[in-house]
Amino acid sequence: MQVDKDTLQKIAQLARLEIQPGEEESLKATLSSVLTWMEQLNELDTSGIEPLTHMSVEVNAFRPDVAKQTLTTEQGLLNAPKRDEQFFRVPKVLE
Amino acid sequence: MTDDIKAQYELVIGLEVHAQLLTESKIFASDANHFGSPPNHNISVITLGHPGTLPKLNQKAVDLAIRFGLATNSTISPRTVFDRKNYFYPDLPKGYQISQDKKPICVGGEIWVKLKDGTEKAIPLHHTHLEEDAGKSIHDDQSTDTLLDYNRAGTPLIEIVTDPAMRSAEEAGAYLTEIRKLVRYLDICDGNMEEGSLRCDANISVRKWGDPVLGTKVEIKNMNSVRFLQKAIEFEYDRQVSVLEEGGTLIQETRMFDPETGRTYGMRVKESMNDYRYFPEPDLVPILIDEEKLAAERAKMPALPRQLMQKYEGELGLSHADALLLTESKATVAYFEEAIAQAAPKTVANWLTGPVRTWMNESKKELSAFPVSPGVLAALIRLVDENKVSHSAAAQKLFPALVERPDVAPLALAEELQLIQQGNSDVLQALIDEVLAAWPDKVKEYKKGKKGLIGLFVGEVMKKSKGQADPKVTNQLVARSLDNLS
Repeated sequence: MQVDKDTLQKIAQLARLEIQPGEEESLKATLSSVLTWMEQLNELDTSGIEPLTHMSVEVNAFRPDVAKQTLTTEQGLLNAPKRDEQFFRVPKVLE
Repeated sequence: MTDDIKAQYELVIGLEVHAQLLTESKIFASDANHFGSPPNHNISVITLGHPGTLPKLNQKAVDLAIRFGLATNSTISPRTVFDRKNYFYPDLPKGYQISQDKKPICVGGEIWVKLKDGTEKAIPLHHTHLEEDAGKSIHDDQSTDTLLDYNRAGTPLIEIVTDPAMRSAEEAGAYLTEIRKLVRYLDICDGNMEEGSLRCDANISVRKWGDPVLGTKVEIKNMNSVRFLQKAIEFEYDRQVSVLEEGGTLIQETRMFDPETGRTYGMRVKESMNDYRYFPEPDLVPILIDEEKLAAERAKMPALPRQLMQKYEGELGLSHADALLLTESKATVAYFEEAIAQAAPKTVANWLTGPVRTWMNESKKELSAFPVSPGVLAALIRLVDENKVSHSAAAQKLFPALVERPDVAPLALAEELQLIQQGNSDVLQALIDEVLAAWPDKVKEYKKGKKGLIGLFVGEVMKKSKGQADPKVTNQLVARSLDNLS
């Protein structure tokens, strides 16, 4: 599969990456070769086969509904780049 | 736009309702699921999305989703998995929301609503899935920053999605009202729309009658009352028909409803850029739900409003309005059921929809705060049934006294307040004889045809009995005594 410029920009936008104009060609080529390699899987007939969603055979791993405080507000805010009293402060997300 | 033109278009509505589940802890972490804590009080490394942390599924959240599915006649998936819904927004620091896409826990089912004209309609459910709520963003106009509180992040939700099956704002309102009642009954969610425990998104489109293809839909987000939902639908109906009639085309978009103006408005965000790239959540193993599990959950289910309505209207012969009031909440049903074990159902219903409701309205309290127990109310009702206390004395004097002193037995309190009725006893007759003897002139006038004077005699007897005589019985006895006088 060939990745075109629009597809590349869309993937970049979804991943919040800024691609410099000089990087476009090499990224398009690399992504295209990865996708082409993966396309080999399309050769297999998977009709009637349940999708494998998990590698483990384990099922029903539950936790009882008990509330515990494992972190204080102060501890939680230790890694915050910016804070405002007890709030995390981030660049404005609403235009 | 004229109603004629609007009538050419069919309104089509589908709803997505988010209900926060009543658990102690969050869906994938042990921080408390609690509204109203100080900012960022209920957090954990899992909720904050720290690298290397893994979600741990809360058993209760799954049980409550199963309970909802059973109550709505849904198919409970024997195998259900979680998926990641990917988007960057700081209200979920992981960069994705854990939700369900391909294999939701409940599939299909329906919710019955009753419309004003009395018709009943089943609103078909598409599915119900489990997911986590996001944190709360606070946008300050003055600042270039957004503040984040993650207390709500990770709160367990069920999202209840209907087919595009509703055709009017009334149906949508009735559906949302019914959902709210049902989740409260089932102890799944507190149904508090103001606090956001129950929220509603609406997908609205219009099409010419008979057109097999649905029109372009518009999604209205986050309405927190039945009234707003209905207003938003009415507004969209008009707006969409106007756009089409003027030759325009509708765009698929998300719009917001402004309760101040009653209008919806578009957001500038480009929808086409949304691509959630769902994939199975590798950090949570599948859930298998077998018959044994379903039987156990079924055993825990309370009687549902719809079943109770049938019982109250059919078996007990209550009016539809009374049955509706009584099934309004589980607390009311429990109270009613306990009281009717000891007193006649119709009378209990009258007391609950009358004096007790008046008390609730006046004190602005819920029935759970009503101090008189069902057994005591039943004892009060029996006093009236046995003619020991008149109905008016019971409602106007004994009832308020009981509310003040709920620990005293109604009979003892009635005696203390001298409300015990003298009924047909000789005491009452003696009082009547006394009164008639005291007013010979009036008796003569009465005999001559001034029948209105009976009120005077009854009033005098009531005064002498200090209000203990039953007015109805007194009236009859006075009339008879007067007739017997020569």
